[in-house]
Amino acid sequence: MTLFLGKWMKWMLCLAALMLVAGMVLPAAAADEMKPADGAPAVGSSAPAAPVAPAPAFTKEMADAIAGQKIAMDTIWVMLTAFLVFFMNLGFGLVESGFCRAKNTVNILFKNFVVFAVSSVAFLLLGFGLMFGDGNPLFGISGLFFASGADNSPAMGDAYQGVYHALNWTGVPFWAKFFFQLVFAGTAATIVSGAVAERIKFKSFVIFTLFMVAVIYPIGGHLIWGGGWLASKGFLDFAGSTVVHSIGGWAALAGIIVLGPRMGKYGQGGKVNAIPGHSMTSAAIGVFVLWFGWFGFNPGSTMAADGLSIAHVATTTNVAAAAATLSSMIMAWALLGKPDLGMTLNGCLAGLVAITAPCAFVSVPSALIIGIIAGILVVLAVFFFDRIRIDDPVGATAVHLANGVFGTIALGLFADPTVCPAAAVARKGLLLGGGMAQLGPQLLGVGVIAVAVFLLSLGFWYVTKALSNGIRVSEEEEMEGLDYHEHGNSAYPNFQLVERR
Amino acid sequence: MKKIEAIVKPFKLDEVKNALGEIGVTGMTVLEVKGFGRQKGHTEVYRGAEYVVDFIPKVKIEAAVPAELVPAVLERILTAAHTGKIGDGKIFVYDLEEVIRIRTGERGREAL
Repeated sequence: MTLFLGKWMKWMLCLAALMLVAGMVLPAAAADEMKPADGAPAVGSSAPAAPVAPAPAFTKEMADAIAGQKIAMDTIWVMLTAFLVFFMNLGFGLVESGFCRAKNTVNILFKNFVVFAVSSVAFLLLGFGLMFGDGNPLFGISGLFFASGADNSPAMGDAYQGVYHALNWTGVPFWAKFFFQLVFAGTAATIVSGAVAERIKFKSFVIFTLFMVAVIYPIGGHLIWGGGWLASKGFLDFAGSTVVHSIGGWAALAGIIVLGPRMGKYGQGGKVNAIPGHSMTSAAIGVFVLWFGWFGFNPGSTMAADGLSIAHVATTTNVAAAAATLSSMIMAWALLGKPDLGMTLNGCLAGLVAITAPCAFVSVPSALIIGIIAGILVVLAVFFFDRIRIDDPVGATAVHLANGVFGTIALGLFADPTVCPAAAVARKGLLLGGGMAQLGPQLLGVGVIAVAVFLLSLGFWYVTKALSNGIRVSEEEEMEGLDYHEHGNSAYPNFQLVERR
Repeated sequence: MKKIEAIVKPFKLDEVKNALGEIGVTGMTVLEVKGFGRQKGHTEVYRGAEYVVDFIPKVKIEAAVPAELVPAVLERILTAAHTGKIGDGKIFVYDLEEVIRIRTGERGREAL
């Protein structure tokens, strides 16, 4: 009791002391304010009427100041949206852990957590140089390691004198370019983790992520965004339906094939068993976070504070997500008899993935149509991949691969160079009377990336398998959970986990 | 003394608790359990694939009561836990040999 009183006394004393100090200081400060500053003329005294000044000449200083302001605004926009894309790691962590079983939660969260750290290092070490360095049509050669090539950003266009010419169209400082591209590389890598969940060794995933961000993603990316072969063919991908999502999806598909399905997923006679995830709460919050993060992913890819384009892209992105959410909900409702939350969450992501390539090149009504198709496509894709026994616990292939491909092709169908300033580089899509002008390169790109990235990934999965002495955990470990065997702890230590298999 | 075990639908717990409190049942223990009877579980759908939930969540109420209170207790549980649909649960009645209150060491009816 005395202790209790003592504590109260101390607090009261502190409070009293504070009040005392405040009482002494505040009046003094107030008095200071009231004192008129020496020599300052009273406001509103008879100032002489100002003569009309002649219009000032447009000086070099003024031009520089305006250019400086533009660089500052562009940089703020690029960095702000990059931070939003970083936040998508949280979304992926929540979606993937929610869609997996409680006994694997530590493992899934750990993979999602470590993947951005590995990406950050791998992209700095080699990935950025390989993707954006000047080089041949297949990969970069200059400024390969530590992103340390010569660079005079934010100089643009012909004024740019460095080794990363592929990024000379944006007027932001070099490390803004690097950081923005880094968070995209991290996203591509994190797509893989959900697809291979609940059965891959932790070690193997870390090793593959290193290959993914240091080599696979940069080579695919160089072809498209790094001034490589597909870029020269007129292939367009505004924010990465192909570069990020399809590449992540192909790598995931290769991983699933090498790993095989989870135990108990497929029964006799083509029977598909459900393996319910442990938290629809996590999954739903995760998709909300991803939807939010996408407002960085797509509008940020202007890489400039270009108001018209940003507003257009944000709107197409949102309308596609909304349309896909509704169409997947209705599709699942029709096929399964009830509105299915898991399918609808995948549907929303499918719309976002599909609009990522065309978001700046298509009109808002076109985005609505693209979203509707994406939502239907993802439901069919989930059934299709289950039918061919591709076990993907979170639907990464149905979302990122199927819709990454669809979105890239949709660009060739719906492109309209007049929708916003950023769209000017596009040619008219098939449905707008442009024939194959834009659709042709898009189809070529989809095919080339499919073959190149799938084979490259397959190769690196086998290298990973060799390096980590098999990439799949033991049957016993899969049954008892990766949390206990891989990490020696559990996500929910105070609950008894009862799982069906 | 008798021990009553009643397995009821989880959302019926409050009604049963209140009904028993009214007739002088002074304590009870509640367990979250899973099981099935003749209804044999139900099916759910997850991302397009159906699966059977064999064990349905139920609540088990355990109470030790004086023998003469048993008819009233049973009547109260039957009324409070009843919905008329499958899965309403079951009541089990056991003879209770001994009860000891740990704090005081009291035994038998004194300890109830």
